[in-house]
Amino acid sequence: MRRGNRVTYFVGKAAIAGIGQTEFSKESGRSPLQLAAEASLAAIEDAGLTPADIDGMVLFTVEENEEGDLMKTLGIPGLSWATRVGLGGGGSAGSVFMAASAIAAGAAKNVLIVRAFNERSERRFGQATNKPISAYGWQGTGFNYLFWSLPFGVFTPAAMIGMANLPYMRKYGVTNEDFGHYVVTAREHAATNPDAWFYQRPITLEDHQNSKWIVEPAIRMFDCCQESDGGAAVVLTSTERARDLKQKPAVVKGGAWDQRPSGTMGLAAREHLVAERVYESAGMGPEDISVAMLYDAFTPEVFTQTEAYGFAGPGEAKDFYRGGGGKLGSAMPINTNGGLIGEAYIHGMNLITEAVRQIRGTAVNQVESVDNVLVSSSGSAHILGKA
Amino acid sequence: MGWQRIKPRLDKDNRAFWTGGAEGKLYIHKCGDCGAFNHPPRELCRNCHSENVTPEAVAGTGVVETFTINYQQWTPDMELPLVIAHVVLDGVPGVKLTTNIVGCPVAAVSVGDRVQLTFEQDGEIWFPLFKKAV
Repeated sequence: MRRGNRVTYFVGKAAIAGIGQTEFSKESGRSPLQLAAEASLAAIEDAGLTPADIDGMVLFTVEENEEGDLMKTLGIPGLSWATRVGLGGGGSAGSVFMAASAIAAGAAKNVLIVRAFNERSERRFGQATNKPISAYGWQGTGFNYLFWSLPFGVFTPAAMIGMANLPYMRKYGVTNEDFGHYVVTAREHAATNPDAWFYQRPITLEDHQNSKWIVEPAIRMFDCCQESDGGAAVVLTSTERARDLKQKPAVVKGGAWDQRPSGTMGLAAREHLVAERVYESAGMGPEDISVAMLYDAFTPEVFTQTEAYGFAGPGEAKDFYRGGGGKLGSAMPINTNGGLIGEAYIHGMNLITEAVRQIRGTAVNQVESVDNVLVSSSGSAHILGKA
Repeated sequence: MGWQRIKPRLDKDNRAFWTGGAEGKLYIHKCGDCGAFNHPPRELCRNCHSENVTPEAVAGTGVVETFTINYQQWTPDMELPLVIAHVVLDGVPGVKLTTNIVGCPVAAVSVGDRVQLTFEQDGEIWFPLFKKAV
């Protein structure tokens, strides 16, 4: 573990200049490539650029689309730099960090990040398939531990994340009812967000507690993010160039990505490491964050991220959410779009687009007086601020 | 049991683990040089990088470290509810197995329960499961 090794070469040098997304649905009626192209074009146009201006691309793993297909579809003539970031959706926030790094290093001028799929109308991410193990085509993306747990009924991330967070729950006496307080808040935010699948459909704590168990005692149905069809994209450029483009720049002021094995506290150990490094790079602490996007694939990881980023003490996320923490109008609003549970699950990209809106002042659930926005996707994170 | 578990693809490293049940044995790779147990099994010892790793039959008893009760019907033939547990094995430091606790009502399982090995066979594969120790 590196301490006191502040990595700052990229800080302030790059900004998100454009965001774009499709509608979020359960039946898009078009291919992942089409969705990716629509979201990408929207982001490129939002930035006031054209596809010919794009010379860099970052995708993150567990990705259906290919760089070459995207280039041909959009009319991007060539790329001087491209990479893929590991950890699947856990790498979404880190993709912004990587793009900012490339721009700071002069490796690319205008970098596209995009994610799109039909995870509800096509291969559903939250479902098991009763197929031979070779059909679980996640090898090479760090998921080969599946071979040791699939035969025992651990089929999807819901079961894995549930198991991984049990020691945390037991250590601090966290209950599934505690988790319900976050979910009610997320659905509250979604209820006023027209882009959200659960627009106008808030829930009560009782609704949450009545939703069926997936893996007891950790995860009920309402603790799970959605399966969504849709796409979202961002375009980054240098902060200097971004100032001359269409929108208010969302400047990358900190970033970190890490892949270390889950310890006895599940993902929490890695989250603490990433939090330390992202704050270190930015020269900031929790007190500098105005609003936070925390990856809510499943509620337990929201709790561990809340603590990792210092918005609550160890084991105290349950008190934070019970006490109204995370709500709009509170001291630390969380997932103002409704999160991955309330808005849609685009593997974290829709948390990034919302973070940018908060910086610009254009969010539907706009927080007053925003300085810096944290985006955490558990295994990686970045901080956005103003130019 | 009607549930057709997902069968692993056997290779030279994992064969002893998945087929040892034919002899009633659970094999975990042990390093002949530094004594560390390695699971999942690999060609090299994680601790010292020696290639001198071989499957060793272990006691087959242990303790439930954590568990969850799965209610989701992931496959049509799964029998529910199902206890998915992490078991720490006696005499095998540093190794945790993901497994199922079988042979008792789910409400009877607690963290800290002592458990012992039992196998479920499907052709060549012997799935190592655990039941509450008598």
